Amino acid sequence: MTIMKLTASALAIAAVSATAAAARDQVQVSGSSTVLPYATIVAEAFGENTDFKTPVVEGGGSSAGLKKFCEGVGENTVDVANSSRKIKDSELETCKQNGVTDIMEVRIGYDGIVFASDIKGADFTFTPEDWYKALAAEVLVDGKLVPNTAKNWKDVNPALPDQEILAFVPGTKHGTREVFEQKVLEAGCKASGAEEVITGLKGGDAKAATETCVKMRTDGKSVDIDGDYTETLSRLASAPHGIGVFGLAFYENNTDKLKVAPMGGIVPSVETIADGTYPVSRPLFFYVKKAHIGVVPGLQEYAEFFVSDDIAGPDGPLAAYGLVPDPELAKTQAAVAAQETMK
Amino acid sequence: MTDATANASARRTGSLLVPDARTRRRNAAEARFKIYGLAATLVGMVALVMLLISIFSSGTGAFFQTFLHIPVTLDAAVLDKSGNRDPAEMQKVTTIGYAKVLNASLQKVLDDKGMAVAGLTDKDVADMISKEAPAQIRNMVLANPALIGQTVDMTILANGRIDGYFKGRVSMESAQLDKNVSPRQLELADKMRAAGMLTTDFNWGFLTSGDSSDQRPESAGLGVAIIGSLYMMIVVLVLSLPIGVAASIYLEEFAPKNRWTDLIEVNIANLAAVPSIVFGILGLAVFINFAGLPQSAPIVGGLVLTLMTLPRIIIPARAALKAVPPSIRDAALGVGASKMQSVFDHVLPLAAPGILTGMIIGLAQALGETAPLLLIGMVAFVREFPGAPPQGFFDPASALPVQVYNWTQRSDPAFVERASGAVIVLLVFLLIMNAVAIILRRRFERRW
Repeated sequence: MTIMKLTASALAIAAVSATAAAARDQVQVSGSSTVLPYATIVAEAFGENTDFKTPVVEGGGSSAGLKKFCEGVGENTVDVANSSRKIKDSELETCKQNGVTDIMEVRIGYDGIVFASDIKGADFTFTPEDWYKALAAEVLVDGKLVPNTAKNWKDVNPALPDQEILAFVPGTKHGTREVFEQKVLEAGCKASGAEEVITGLKGGDAKAATETCVKMRTDGKSVDIDGDYTETLSRLASAPHGIGVFGLAFYENNTDKLKVAPMGGIVPSVETIADGTYPVSRPLFFYVKKAHIGVVPGLQEYAEFFVSDDIAGPDGPLAAYGLVPDPELAKTQAAVAAQETMK
Repeated sequence: MTDATANASARRTGSLLVPDARTRRRNAAEARFKIYGLAATLVGMVALVMLLISIFSSGTGAFFQTFLHIPVTLDAAVLDKSGNRDPAEMQKVTTIGYAKVLNASLQKVLDDKGMAVAGLTDKDVADMISKEAPAQIRNMVLANPALIGQTVDMTILANGRIDGYFKGRVSMESAQLDKNVSPRQLELADKMRAAGMLTTDFNWGFLTSGDSSDQRPESAGLGVAIIGSLYMMIVVLVLSLPIGVAASIYLEEFAPKNRWTDLIEVNIANLAAVPSIVFGILGLAVFINFAGLPQSAPIVGGLVLTLMTLPRIIIPARAALKAVPPSIRDAALGVGASKMQSVFDHVLPLAAPGILTGMIIGLAQALGETAPLLLIGMVAFVREFPGAPPQGFFDPASALPVQVYNWTQRSDPAFVERASGAVIVLLVFLLIMNAVAIILRRRFERRW
């Protein structure tokens, strides 16, 4: 009797799932946790202001999102992947293998990466060079690479306050880490003249030199944070002498707890990032599966809504939350309307 | 031999009422052990109390919310330019348009009552209203276009920072440094509260509305998560009760005892100890990629949690069946019942309380599980409610522990309160389930 019931319920489930598989009526988005708050703001406004259902937005990181995105075409795959970096060639290759060929790339704006400490702590002004000298695994001393022994910010640069070095840096699974390595450590390496010398030491191998530049010390002065900025914030609360790496939007929401350090003399803000004077910023993207347009209701409209002036423009809610608006938004809007795909 | 001589020499000679050295030592050891045990219990209790205090102190605020009561003039010039009350035409006015109407109404009330605070711009005043409010008014107007042109008394949410001020999360000092709120706004909020425009009431929305984005923590609720968890529990119950009970009856009563059944037994015990995320990986591969079920759907969550819960149900169910004395079976078989009759009419009813207890505890574990849901797309921002069953099982939904996880990652500090509030709701559900299990056990369990 139990077996009879079981078969019956299994059949019932199969029947219902067959009907359900035929219709998904909301957009599904996955990807970068940096883009996540912006995407939820857009999804919410999209659901409120249109007849379409509110899209479902998932975080999990750029790589995880793009992996899901490239799994294939069909109702049970995601329509949009958010990313805090450009899609990689290897990812495009995977996409192609799984039949995801026409991909629209949409740049939504820029995000600044800021360096902030506890509000009660000392004032810092950094240059990329300071960070390189403080956090690199090996530094140059008398033309030779030796393990980094700097203990105090004063050791690195006498102009900095007398404070023990302790940095909370996003872990390697975050897109933010890549930007940090490229725009801070590598830039600092280059600015201090170390890169040239290291290239010489490595026998002219520029790639190996870059790798040495961005290799970070593992003696506890730099702590990798695999969680979100909220984790960095709570680490700072328990270790007030630390310096944390945050997204601009996160900092803007916690200005009563955090003090931001200018980088290269420039205080990070939506304005300084937009005009390019603040050095540590990066573009944010989302990717749309063109094959799903017309199949999943509201997908094209969602993409257009996201980049519309009311949303992504300088007076829109995204800018109010901390996104740096894209000066070339009109171009993006046209590309989205024309459904231009990546080459 | 040596023992015997030692014992003989240690034979006590004094009074029984005066303890000798050895007895005193034994008594002291016992007293010490009692203290250790008491200390261990106390450490556990202190940890529990600290956890509860921290959750309740930061979480109770989520159940109360600051509301703004103002008359809103629904200006026809903004909301329906053509004036023909055509729903399609009115759809085009977005929440931005409604926000203007709302801000103008608030400004007017403040001017009428002479409550304006010097140095506050119109935008500052507008920022004191929740960004959820325009959507609330838009839905109301679209549902009833006749309201246009009228002045309606409305209760809307106040901004999260203003709410935080009345809950003690935001102070004048922190507002000084905070980019999202200024001390002048708080000053105005104090005035509005004195005038009865701002009140703090019980927040039903926390239990009934869906999630909301980072910009409006004040309107975030657990509704979708509660429904999602409920749907998943229904799926788990419907699938794992028959499968679990059938499997345990077969293994306990019918299966031959040989190498194969031993192997199955060991595997079930192992499965119960497998980290739950493994079931998520399995669910992604089997239910989504192979069977083509939708992402983020409670049906997939329920199926994954069923797989996770099954071994945890089978083990106590078998123990309950085993606890029924053989004499019951023998008596039934002795009067001519078939094996199946003896099991279903005699053994199973006696084992039912134990099986149900195991079932409920298994469900309670499944209710608190996040890890397997991570991979099947349920750890997501889901604002809209799933439909009614059975179709609703396939609509995207969230779950209670997932909502806690999501809210702890938000940048706005107001979400900390929400997350703790969600933990309280989850604890209440777990408490109810465990209480039911205890009651069932107390009332129906028989001991031999």
